[in-house]
Amino acid sequence: MALRKNFLFILRRPPHGGIHAQESLDMILTAAAFEQPVRLLFLDDGVFQLKRNQKPAAIGLKHIAPIFEALELYDVEELWVEEESLRERGLAAEGLILPVRLIRRHNVAEFVGGQDIVVSC
Amino acid sequence: MKFAIQINGSPYQGEGSDTAYQFIKAALRKGHEIVRVFFYHDGVYNGLAYAMPPDDERPVVRRWSELAGHHGIDLVICISAAQRRGLLSAEEAARIGKHDNDLAEGFRIAGLGLWIEACLQADRFLVFGG
Amino acid sequence: MPVLHLVSRSPRESQALACCLARAGASDAVLLSENGVYAALTTSEGDAPIRAALRQLGIYALKPDLEARGIASEELLEGVREIDYEGFVDLAVHYPLSHSWV
Repeated sequence: MALRKNFLFILRRPPHGGIHAQESLDMILTAAAFEQPVRLLFLDDGVFQLKRNQKPAAIGLKHIAPIFEALELYDVEELWVEEESLRERGLAAEGLILPVRLIRRHNVAEFVGGQDIVVSC
Repeated sequence: MKFAIQINGSPYQGEGSDTAYQFIKAALRKGHEIVRVFFYHDGVYNGLAYAMPPDDERPVVRRWSELAGHHGIDLVICISAAQRRGLLSAEEAARIGKHDNDLAEGFRIAGLGLWIEACLQADRFLVFGG
Repeated sequence: MPVLHLVSRSPRESQALACCLARAGASDAVLLSENGVYAALTTSEGDAPIRAALRQLGIYALKPDLEARGIASEELLEGVREIDYEGFVDLAVHYPLSHSWV
């Protein structure tokens, strides 16, 4: 059994409208707690998970931004965001809750192909 | 090859759990090994013991129990996702002072650590449903 | 490593296929399953992306899902390969990674 594999979590859904985002974070934190190298890739509506100024309490939901902020404590530092996904949604890296690494769409295939486990979130 | 399978959808939410079931059966026919099937998000409903579809419909829960019984497949329902949705094993219910046993035969409830372990043990990992 | 992309939504119920094709690499493959098989119909409007992809990637459709939906081989875009569940397993063995698009 491999002791460590490179996990890539691909997040494509917006933060609310279901529990996927929150439960995906549970998986991410578990992988990190098991000392696996973890990377996150935000594509499509997934980039909305990182948008600033969210107030989920307005619809009675928990804030997940603090969980993203805590990722650093688990040595999860590589949050990759696709530039085109941001631009298509009128967002910019400066408007996100955390520093992220930007990746261009035409580089995504090679980036994904370099991982050991891809988790579709 | 060794496969780890994750199922994110409930039996009637899309077709993911059906496709996963057929994939697993095909993999077994071809001599591959299923390390674990991990049920997450609404996928936990695949382990709901009291599902009673009509006789002329596919037995969406029982067929998993049969798969576990015949092939020794490890069917794991994620404990946090199950608790969120009110699916309790007898042990979990007793632990919190309730009378309940929703878990179908052949399933067990456990944490995400088993999901990680399956990913590390397997050669291939696929996600279905959701 | 090459990736097997799993698309299980019809092109009108979700952007899954378009989002997938925008990122799939030249050595990857796409398996259309469940409602995703509707994308393989020759009569679909807006099929330019999948027609373009067919020139570069292996695109497969799960035959049981085609049959369930009354889609005959003659109705498929040229180049889409029909496979059964055992063929799906073979694809999963061949491609070390997979990503599911919903």
